Amino acid sequence: MNVKIRIEGLKVSFEGKEILKGLSIDVFKNKITGFMGPAGSGKSTLISVINRMIDFEDNAVVEGKVLIDGQNILGDKIDAVQLRRRVGTVFAVPTPLPRSIYDNIGYGPRLKRGNHRRELRTLVVESLKKAFLWDEVKDRLDTSALKLSGGQQQRLCLARTLALTPEIILLDEPCSGLDPISTAKIEEALDELKKDYTIILVSNNTKQIARITDHAAFFYMGTLIEYGPTEKVFTNPSEKHTEDYIQGKFG
Amino acid sequence: MRINPRFADKLVKIALNGQAFFTVWILVAIVAVICVKGLPYVNLEFIFSSPVDMGRHGGIFSTIIGTVLLVILSIFVATPLGVGTAIFLTEYTKESVFTKIIRFGVESLAGIPSILYGLFGFIFFVIKLRMGWSLLAGVFTITIMILPTIIRTSEEAIKAVPRNLRIVSYSLSATKWETVTKVVLPSAAPGILTGIMLSIGRAVGETAAVIFTMGSSLRLPTSLMESGRTMAVHFYILAREGISMQKAYATALVLVLSILFINIIAYYIMNRVVSKYS
Repeated sequence: MNVKIRIEGLKVSFEGKEILKGLSIDVFKNKITGFMGPAGSGKSTLISVINRMIDFEDNAVVEGKVLIDGQNILGDKIDAVQLRRRVGTVFAVPTPLPRSIYDNIGYGPRLKRGNHRRELRTLVVESLKKAFLWDEVKDRLDTSALKLSGGQQQRLCLARTLALTPEIILLDEPCSGLDPISTAKIEEALDELKKDYTIILVSNNTKQIARITDHAAFFYMGTLIEYGPTEKVFTNPSEKHTEDYIQGKFG
Repeated sequence: MRINPRFADKLVKIALNGQAFFTVWILVAIVAVICVKGLPYVNLEFIFSSPVDMGRHGGIFSTIIGTVLLVILSIFVATPLGVGTAIFLTEYTKESVFTKIIRFGVESLAGIPSILYGLFGFIFFVIKLRMGWSLLAGVFTITIMILPTIIRTSEEAIKAVPRNLRIVSYSLSATKWETVTKVVLPSAAPGILTGIMLSIGRAVGETAAVIFTMGSSLRLPTSLMESGRTMAVHFYILAREGISMQKAYATALVLVLSILFINIIAYYIMNRVVSKYS
């Protein structure tokens, strides 16, 4: 198995308060890796380091290394804007931009110069298909994305991220506000997508982690408690803490 | 003694209705008086011919052109400045003593009577910078006068754009400037346009600040360095010096109609923008 993302001794603190306390973890290529843990465990912060969205948080101090294909993305030479083309993100709250479905998907690609109209059209269609949304919107690409249902909006956000042609997709509790059917559609899409992408799924829903991830990591209070193949973590956890969390004793 | 709540409810409803009616009634009354007194004298000739004998005879064409030039040029100078300042204050700086000083300055500017802008414009642009009574001096003075409105309304509009939209834009590999131009400004456009409309209204109706800087020449201004007269100034002079009340009311009517016209156009543009980005 190839390592896509290697995190070494990652520490993040806000105004002296340590959120991540020296994390090290390897995320494998073309797998879905689940990050779980109770609120405040640092899993969302970890995500925001990988896509460098943490740059927009004032007072955040980041130490350690995050290597993507062996290159430290926290280094000075890395352009965070370019990095975000390689590391796409889907957030918890579906947030379509106030414009048409087509223009939402086209937003990222259009920022890169030299995208021709026809290529863009193909990219938009492909992205919508991969996110399992194409059939529902193919006749109304020019209507406002705000008119879609919540579940459709979240798949739109996934398609919009795919249109960046990223290598890594980060999903930060993407199904937390969705109904079971919408959730199932997203999960189905992710299962297809892992062939081409490295996926990290943050979720509080341990059943979801058990259902669709290949590897699972359990975080607690800014440290990695347990990490391994999902089946092992769920059937035979080595830490008492993990077992308690999975069984719903806390969290 | 307690008032029956239902009775109180009715009473409040009647009172509020009355207040709303009163406000509208004042507006209607003003417009009605201007229409009744001005309408008989407004015709195509009045609009398209130049004033004769101080405005006693002839039309108001040069003052219409003077108004249009002053307002359009002022908006063109003030909008980039004002919106730029608002973007700077909201997107490119953190809250600090510096931004507080700028905001305080802006708010103070908004409260200054227009006659003081006129005096400042006269001393600074007309005399010190040797522009003389000119369209240019008028434009700069009006620009300063309407800047606070544009900055404040733009700032509020930009602040009201949800943070989520910016985050999403950044996550889709947009830079700060791309986020501002492609996401923030389109979403804030209706609010910004409201500020511009308010400013147009102020500029169209302004007399004190204009008379000191742009002057009151009745000739058609053909360059930025020439003096000219706006409709509002024309109305003021006609009425104040008792030249012709008929012409004064006719001018007022054209003034009111043009403000109405500007508002309709602005709403049209606003709807276009809103429907494109929703």
